[in-house]
Amino acid sequence: MTAVGETLGRRPGSPPRAGAAKSLGLTDRRARTLVQIGLGVAALVAMVIAGTMLAPAAELTDLTARRQPPSLAHPFGTDWLGRDMLARTLVGLRLSLAVGTLAASVSAVVALLLAAAAGALGRRVDAGVSWLVDLFLAVPHLVLLILIAFAAGRGAAGVIIAVAVTHWPSLTRLLRGEARRVAASDYVAASQRLGRSGWWVARRHLLRHLVPQFTVGLVLLFPHAILHEAALSFLGLGLSPHAPAIGIILSDAMRYLSAGAWWLAVLPGVALLAVVKAVDMVGENLRALLDPRSVHE
Amino acid sequence: MLEARDLRFRYRRDDPWVVDGVDLCVEPGEVVGLRGPSGRGKTTVARLLAGYLAPDRGRVLVDGAPLVRGGQPVQLVSQHPELAVDPRWRLAEILAEAGPVDADLLDALSIARGWLDRYPHELSGGELQRVTVARALLSGATYVVADEVSAMLDPITQAQIWHVLLDRVRRGGIGLVAICHDDPLLDVVAGRVVDLSAPVRVAARS
Amino acid sequence: MSLLSVEGFSLSFVQYETGLRRRRLEVITDLDLEVDAGELVAVVGSSGSGKSLLAHAILGVLPSNAAEGGRIAYDGAPLDAARRTALRGREIALIPQSVTFLDPLARVGAQAQRAADLVGVTDPAGAARTAFRRLDLGHSVADRYPHELSGGMARRVLTATATIGIPRLVLADEPTPGLHPAVVTETLGGLRLMADRGAAVMLITHDLLRAVEVADRIAVFYAGTTVEVAPAAAFTGDGAALRHPYTRALWQALPQHGFTPLPGAQPPPTDLPPGCLFTDRCPLVVPECRQARPAARQVDQSLVRCIRA
Repeated sequence: MTAVGETLGRRPGSPPRAGAAKSLGLTDRRARTLVQIGLGVAALVAMVIAGTMLAPAAELTDLTARRQPPSLAHPFGTDWLGRDMLARTLVGLRLSLAVGTLAASVSAVVALLLAAAAGALGRRVDAGVSWLVDLFLAVPHLVLLILIAFAAGRGAAGVIIAVAVTHWPSLTRLLRGEARRVAASDYVAASQRLGRSGWWVARRHLLRHLVPQFTVGLVLLFPHAILHEAALSFLGLGLSPHAPAIGIILSDAMRYLSAGAWWLAVLPGVALLAVVKAVDMVGENLRALLDPRSVHE
Repeated sequence: MLEARDLRFRYRRDDPWVVDGVDLCVEPGEVVGLRGPSGRGKTTVARLLAGYLAPDRGRVLVDGAPLVRGGQPVQLVSQHPELAVDPRWRLAEILAEAGPVDADLLDALSIARGWLDRYPHELSGGELQRVTVARALLSGATYVVADEVSAMLDPITQAQIWHVLLDRVRRGGIGLVAICHDDPLLDVVAGRVVDLSAPVRVAARS
Repeated sequence: MSLLSVEGFSLSFVQYETGLRRRRLEVITDLDLEVDAGELVAVVGSSGSGKSLLAHAILGVLPSNAAEGGRIAYDGAPLDAARRTALRGREIALIPQSVTFLDPLARVGAQAQRAADLVGVTDPAGAARTAFRRLDLGHSVADRYPHELSGGMARRVLTATATIGIPRLVLADEPTPGLHPAVVTETLGGLRLMADRGAAVMLITHDLLRAVEVADRIAVFYAGTTVEVAPAAAFTGDGAALRHPYTRALWQALPQHGFTPLPGAQPPPTDLPPGCLFTDRCPLVVPECRQARPAARQVDQSLVRCIRA
């Protein structure tokens, strides 16, 4: 790292950068961004590993230790069958994360392909894509989500299809705007005058402009997808009741809330929010990194 | 010969004609200046000549044949180089798209080798314009339309670019259409000048 | 004492390259400039020579990764960040480059009024009317939208709106980009008028010839430094009265003066040569030139940075 302090001269009255040195003492803003991404990814990976290792423990019933509040032996308490809630939560999170990210990925790829087509294949294709986007956005997406999950027959496949189908429109609209802008540019016109095909233009021009936004959009879709999977499972329209998806854990816990077993709903709920927050942090930092203005210190 | 016959163009059906019956012809080895009242009309003519726009009436012909996509005989260099290049391409790639790199041309335009690794936004306007001129000349085009290419440049960069363009014309390589609102510059570079606001054209229309 | 005094000013940025690597861009080095009330000083140089950045520095609108050195003084006192913010739009005004700074959805009279309001003028409506009258804009213009104005009128509205606080220092950043000669005359004439009425005007432009017509003095920038500050009268004939080889080269490159270009290009801010910044292209270069940056010295009527002047 260059000795930035000594190469910079006097700064006219600008306030000292209080937030510059975070807990790790880093003044390099880009390094901080990378570290935050690393932490977020590490946390998620740790959670997935823990979830995998604790899978057998999540199934272990112990009828002598039913509905126990959080303790040292069971940090998240136990449920009505004596199963350790921490283990169940971690397994459930892993499941939600897997389903959510798969659905979001399918959605994002569909969005990229549609946006690229709208940009490279001319006005009529673009009009068609716009019309389709508007159509899907006109329907309240929670209603659409429930209908599709129901129609696709529940279970993991149904959830993935439902989430994928309801999440591509907003990202498509974003990417399509960028694709149209590029398609209308002079440099694309110049390439076309040189005889390049629509395919070539999409590959050499469009893709480079779309990929950064696509990547950020993809990562930021994950939280939505994860939460929607949880919602579907909560409503009984998602994964089968035997798989401990977070939504199912939460819906099962509803029955025991009035009896005072708050830890059955609150702790898994907070854990879900923590996962969503971690993914969101990775996405936002990625966006900051890929922003062309991030070249400034 | 690059020829424009009775070119007419307007942006929408109810709009007035932006280009209203323009005739022009350029041979390789000559520089034809284009002068006129409003910037928009001249730029539209430039884009019509280079095939970026299709005329509503009239034709653009290269050696008697209409312009086709690919095998680009007419290149356009516009006033704003930052809009004419893909900001996510490195300069080396931008030049390579036109044709194999000619070291002599790059030297004549004072394009430093170090620039080739950089992105467009890292260069100043004058530096980027040198690159777009190089791109036009590397493409092997027979005709170049220069639309206010030096309007935003300092006198030295302006003179450098024009000298390279004029040198290519003199060597019998290309025909140049020079669009310029700076009369002294036009007097120095152009062999003859077509004036878009000349009253004789209005008479010819009716 | 000059209203604006820039002494030995330097400006650099630290930027990221790929990954975590950073590099320093020295965009301005050792810049000297003075503008007095009632005079119009033109700042001339190629793109990338640091002209606009000086204006941004004076206004205090540089990005956060900018580092400054040297002094800028306004009205005798140093111009620090707080003062820049306080004076911006009021005593120190910027006339921006493009008419797209005008809101296309609002009538121009209302826009001028809003500008007056933002600046803190007591009677915004009255100030707007006065400003329009000052620039010869008739009564009916205030009710029009920007797209309904001709190019010249739009520029005058822009100038009126920007200078509504009756600034003492006016910075005009490339106010005539590729415009038709008649509009350029109108715009520059307006700036001259402002100077004649007592304001200090700094005109930033690449158009040397037009600058000479309206300016009192011309400051020539090259690679982020002032190489010469000469009276406009020195720009005449074959440029014999011009002291710095770059200034002379600029003059002789004009189509009306021989159209002779000097080969080479300006060094990039990441890679400035040691010694004088012009050594790579200078026709008068000697070994001493490469040893140190020349100091500015008075030669006849001009301030020059050249040991051979």
